[in-house]
Amino acid sequence: MSQTVARPARAQPAAHGARTATRARRRRPSPGRVLAFILATVWLVVVIAPIYYMVLASLRSQGTYLTANPWLPRGGLTLAEYGTVFGAGLGRYLLNSVILTAVCIVLTLSLCLGAAFRIVRRSTRAAGVTFRILLLGLAIPIQAIIVPLYLLVYKLHLYNTLFALMLVMSAAAVPVSVLIMVSFVRDIPRELIGAVLVDGGSEWTVFRRLIVPLSRPVLATLAIYDGLNVWNNFILPLVLTQSNNVAVLPLGLTKLEGLYSINVPAIMAAVLLSVLPLVILFVMLRKQVMRSLGSVAIR
Amino acid sequence: MPSSRKGLADLAGLVPAMVLFGVFIAVPMLGALALSFFRWNGLGTPTWAGGANWVQFVHDPLARQALEVTAKVVVLSWIVQTPISIALGLFTAGRQRYRSVYAALFVLPLLLSTAGIALMWEALLDPEFGGITALGNSLHLGFLQQNWLGDPALTIYVLIALIAWQFIPFHTLLYQMGRRQIPAVLFEAALLDGASHAQLFWRVTLPQLRYTIVTSSTLIIVGSLTYFDIIYIMTNGGPGYTTRVVSLDMYQTAFQQNEFGYASVLAVVLGVVGVAVALGLVRYSGFGSMTSQQEGAA
Repeated sequence: MSQTVARPARAQPAAHGARTATRARRRRPSPGRVLAFILATVWLVVVIAPIYYMVLASLRSQGTYLTANPWLPRGGLTLAEYGTVFGAGLGRYLLNSVILTAVCIVLTLSLCLGAAFRIVRRSTRAAGVTFRILLLGLAIPIQAIIVPLYLLVYKLHLYNTLFALMLVMSAAAVPVSVLIMVSFVRDIPRELIGAVLVDGGSEWTVFRRLIVPLSRPVLATLAIYDGLNVWNNFILPLVLTQSNNVAVLPLGLTKLEGLYSINVPAIMAAVLLSVLPLVILFVMLRKQVMRSLGSVAIR
Repeated sequence: MPSSRKGLADLAGLVPAMVLFGVFIAVPMLGALALSFFRWNGLGTPTWAGGANWVQFVHDPLARQALEVTAKVVVLSWIVQTPISIALGLFTAGRQRYRSVYAALFVLPLLLSTAGIALMWEALLDPEFGGITALGNSLHLGFLQQNWLGDPALTIYVLIALIAWQFIPFHTLLYQMGRRQIPAVLFEAALLDGASHAQLFWRVTLPQLRYTIVTSSTLIIVGSLTYFDIIYIMTNGGPGYTTRVVSLDMYQTAFQQNEFGYASVLAVVLGVVGVAVALGLVRYSGFGSMTSQQEGAA
């Protein structure tokens, strides 16, 4: 069915309405549509232009960045600064970010699916209480607990370790992940679970044979959503780590900025290298990524 | 008997996630509240301060200014981001091929980390060598020559614009999904009744998007209430205190002035206001009853 919103001729019988409407739209776009198109195109420029500028700047040498027109691809381009920042520790930051993100995704998804499964089965009151606590946890901004979190991590002798970030970031992802998983697992038909139990399966069998395989779509969605949050988080690494050897990318970028404050091409190269893994993933999984980001918030 | 075995299964399923959440989220939450009644420089033993930190907060002109700046960020962020996101969301919800190309490109800022966005815009906004100044020179547009991040009257608005640049893509995505979930029948029925384009928008599209509007607004309001990253990296609260929001005030009080007790007061204020806004919007809008309507959306 056509999604068009144009006006069909009044006299047309309902069955022909949609087709006529499509033709009407082709001929005379509504003012709203024209406005939306103009706005969208302006926004496209606002989104693309800074990124284009960054790409071009990263291909300059320090000298040509200051002399050539930074918006035109003329006057000598080079990949030299990419080498500079890689030598200055960006590789290490990249590795730290990959390890942290991978561990957080695995930890969050495995723990939360178990919890969501029990909440849906709701055999004890604890499950219901848990669910309500998590609903509240959803509303707590991480900034509001950063001070005691720092003190806690310090007391546990985890300050300045990737391990602390793994635990804290996974914990921060628990409420949203469990809630989304609950609303997904709830839709798995009871009859399927009943069938496994009748065949002599335990709750564990139900979980392993039924819940885990059927939850694959929601696991993919949350892997993207939680993963992106961990990858880009800034304040937790800022407060909970210090040394270069445990710095993750967002923090590492600001460290590089301190190191190369006047070498803009180097900094732009670092930013682009830091986003490269995500761009590659995005190109491969574009539809899935866009659906994930949207559906998580809709829930 | 199965019931005890199910109890065991509950234990195995719930405990790990809840321990993680409890230790690293719930305990610090209570910790912030407790700490707000102590004086502590991070070393030595905390000393009981009673309500002294809270009294200090009420009389602190810098805290008041931080609250005002934060309020400005929240209100303007909502006013800027919401209409643009709705318009772009409706646009990208169309099934035409060029629109899906637009939609894909709109998502790009979401891939950049906040740190990356901040560094990119610092390069663009540099008053001497930055891209905006260069653009102004080439096009002879004098007004593009500004001290974007150093002018006390201007900087906060620049930051609000950059925050919008970072988050509009996400809210566009929400509205795109929201629009696609509106049943086409509703539009067809309204058209048969002779509704105009404007009427379709105000009477069908917007009311049908109400849950999306609540979700998006809650995220914008709570998000900008606690916004930290871009401001910390780009201005660190300056020039003067003109961009020092509450979360930055809290960070500096704790980690630069080592006043963990007073910083916790600011943290509690942020937490309480954040939770109140989220719960208030959810209750006021009847959002809690939406679950069945959205069933199967993911």
